[in-house]
Amino acid sequence: MADNFTFIIDGTEIPARQGQTILKAADEAGIYIPRLCNKDGLEPYGACRVCTVLVNGRPQSACTQPAQPGIIVENDTEELTEMRKQLIEMLFVEGNHFCMFCEKSGNCELQALGYRLGIAAPRFPFMFPQRELDATHPEVFVDRNRCILCGRCVRASRDQDGKNVFQFTGRGIKKRISVNATSRLADTELKSADKAVAACPVGSILKKGVGYAVPIGERIYDHKPIGSDIESKAK
Amino acid sequence: MSNDLSAAVKEICLQHNNDRIYLMDILRKVQVDHGSVSDEAIDAIADAVSIPRVEVESTATFYAFLSKEKKGKIVIRLCNDIIDRLAGVDVVAKAFKEELGVDFGETTADGLITLEYTPCIGMSDQAPAALVNDEVITYLSSDKAREIVRTLKKTGDPKKLVSRLGDGNNASPLVNSMVHNNIRKKGDVIFADYPDGAGLKKALTMSPVEVINEVTNARLRGRGGAGFPAGMKWQFTRAAEDPEKYIICNADEGEPGTFKDRVLLTDYPERLFEGMTIAGYAIGAQQGILYLRAEYAYLSNLLENVLAKKRKDGVLGKAILGKKAFDFDIRIQFGAGAYVCGEETALISSCEGSRGDPKNRPPFPAQKGFMGHPTCVNNVETYVAVVRLIDMGAAWFTSIGSKGSSGTKLLSISGDCHAPGVYEYPFGITIKQLLQDVGAEDAKAVQIGGPSGQMIGKEDFNRTICYDDLATGGSVMIFGADRNILEVADYFMEFFIEESCGYCTPCRVGNVLLKGYLERVMNGQAEEADLEVMKSLARTVKTTSRCGLGQTSPNPILTTLAKFYPEYTKLLKTSKDGFKPSFNIQEVLQESQSITGRKSVHFS
Ligand SMILES: Cc1cc2nc3c(=O)[nH]c(=O)nc-3n(C[C@H](O)[C@H](O)[C@H](O)COP(=O)(O)O)c2cc1C
Ligand code: SF4
Ligand code: SF4
Ligand code: FES
Ligand code: FES
Repeated sequence: MADNFTFIIDGTEIPARQGQTILKAADEAGIYIPRLCNKDGLEPYGACRVCTVLVNGRPQSACTQPAQPGIIVENDTEELTEMRKQLIEMLFVEGNHFCMFCEKSGNCELQALGYRLGIAAPRFPFMFPQRELDATHPEVFVDRNRCILCGRCVRASRDQDGKNVFQFTGRGIKKRISVNATSRLADTELKSADKAVAACPVGSILKKGVGYAVPIGERIYDHKPIGSDIESKAK
Repeated sequence: MSNDLSAAVKEICLQHNNDRIYLMDILRKVQVDHGSVSDEAIDAIADAVSIPRVEVESTATFYAFLSKEKKGKIVIRLCNDIIDRLAGVDVVAKAFKEELGVDFGETTADGLITLEYTPCIGMSDQAPAALVNDEVITYLSSDKAREIVRTLKKTGDPKKLVSRLGDGNNASPLVNSMVHNNIRKKGDVIFADYPDGAGLKKALTMSPVEVINEVTNARLRGRGGAGFPAGMKWQFTRAAEDPEKYIICNADEGEPGTFKDRVLLTDYPERLFEGMTIAGYAIGAQQGILYLRAEYAYLSNLLENVLAKKRKDGVLGKAILGKKAFDFDIRIQFGAGAYVCGEETALISSCEGSRGDPKNRPPFPAQKGFMGHPTCVNNVETYVAVVRLIDMGAAWFTSIGSKGSSGTKLLSISGDCHAPGVYEYPFGITIKQLLQDVGAEDAKAVQIGGPSGQMIGKEDFNRTICYDDLATGGSVMIFGADRNILEVADYFMEFFIEESCGYCTPCRVGNVLLKGYLERVMNGQAEEADLEVMKSLARTVKTTSRCGLGQTSPNPILTTLAKFYPEYTKLLKTSKDGFKPSFNIQEVLQESQSITGRKSVHFS
């Protein structure tokens, strides 16, 4: 197979290299494919499914699917946007997300995607689960109410920090993020400067003592929707 | 005491070479010996095996047969799958509860007996059924349930519960179980009368490529459900560069209503291992793994015995049948109660000692499977079919069955019929014929392929079982005239919710939501618009889920909506008070009314 080739996203021909995922190639071409569990520098994971695209008509997660010469990818379609909306709504009703007083508000990828996709309020009934908050650590806390089970902290801690502080336990709707100690975050090796802390897309892992420091109007997504940085690269 | 536990657990780890690959075996043994995998045990394992404790906890909390809470010495797992519900499991459950004085999920005060529910244990042809530790108890009644509890209280020994033995190898001292094979119809391939060993002998006279070509020409497709062409899978695995390759047999048999692999494992294990060995030869693998569901642990002595005999006879081990360059052996890997582990990449995760999370594809197992090596995963029946196919030849094989589907298929038939059991039919058999044979002419609905398959009604009974029409891994559940179709769908959704691995959003969350909408309908609180939401949500779950579990989990709702729409619409409500029927204003006001101590004047 050629090292450099092209393929089509929504009618536009874009360049790609052997070994790139569809999402990565799209990013470089300035085309934004919505995503949550994917983060630059972390191994692709394929969990949130928000990046689902149609590849030659078949649904695939763009963050894990390799780009191939000549494939036809559908991304920005009415049908896929509706499905992505439903996925985001699922994540909202599955946890307890009270954005109006969450420290992550304005900097949260889940919230920002909700806005970008035009979700005013989830249509599905809220589940209001019981989830634990862990504030034992002097510098960092975990509020599982806001966890979307994206696994970014798991991968960052294991592959970037070399610590394995986080991992999932349980299965199905009872799956939770857990820490590498009998129960307390304070008993792990986590430090506030760890990549794992910065990796969380939502307000589930947060540093203490810095909440609400950035005023409204200066937060990441206050002026431009999520994905704008990628789209600004378009030629 | 706690030092004792830690030492005992470390001893178990040592017996498994402190190797992470055997984490499932270690956890199972700890659970059996100590009644739980407690935090202390987790610490000890992490220490001995040298992996982070949260890794151990992650695996330990994934499987239904492992628990952090202490279980009784004896665990009664009563199957409450749909077939057992038809067979009256309710009264059995009540008898167990009364006689034990505990509810499901609880343990008797003396710590002797824990009572639990479990999904299908592969005994749907002899429901209601239960597991008592590893022993299988079939054809339960409320009287039997009470007797079981009394015997257990008196003897503390589940083995004492086995009274009358089943047929075939079930009666062997190595199995000693009351399970019946219920083989109702023998065909020309799987249950045919022919000597063991002929297939392997012939295969070894051919080159590996010739063996693969034969399988390809026979157009053998996977019998586990997905129907992938076996020859192609073998060829891909053989072609992968890595010389270290693996053969895995998928004996997880978790699809509710399927039990044909159980019968093959019981009475035809020689043929199964022979098929795996042929595959090993064709693909160039040195090691085979039989991934066996924990529910079938009662077969383990028999299977180990067959393997030992094969080693002695020189048909497993080094230089098989004198063929110098061909070494192949097989080991058994147990699961621990997780339907998703039947999905081939989840199965591989489990074999590696991890949570049963499916893996991202590509790479496919044929390229990078078990421990990163090329791996071929096939169903039990697929391997058994290979033996006969090689012996008789591809031309003979394709003369059986229908055009696109050659050979025969084992069907596990259960539910409202006179003769539940295993039937071997050539592909192409109509549902009508099948219902006649099993004594269920008055069936109202048939579930083909288990919960992940489809529900069909009378208008479809002329359709045929084959890959191009009604494809199935073998589960056929029959529902009689007075059965409530929505209740069946509701139970199936409950099954998927319990069994979702939770990795991806649509399957983890979407199925819970779907069941919620279905309940709305069943409670008479739904309107037409709710059905539209259900359809749209179901499509999202099907389309965006990561593995076959989520991609099929909305089928109970989608196929009953398609085939039994009036069962839904007759329950729909139109609103009287201007609110949505699903919104109950009285319920919402209840709490504030009780706090204020007065009734709402607006909504009384
Ligand atoms: C959720 C799920 C459960 C499955 N369970 C089984 C099973 O119990 N046994 C089986 O043989 N295949 C099962 N499969 C299919 C396997 O993934 C795989 O396709 C099969 O083992 C390949 O063997 P075959 O080609 O011989 O059928 C399951 C698939 C999914 C998605
Ligand atoms: S804590 Fe944050 S990063 Fe970790 S899984 Fe949850 S949402 Fe993802
Ligand atoms: S569909 Fe997703 S959540 Fe469901 S079992 Fe597969 S990977 Fe797990
Ligand atoms: S970003 Fe691709 S699945 Fe989450
Ligand atoms: S054993 Fe109960 S349904 Fe299969």
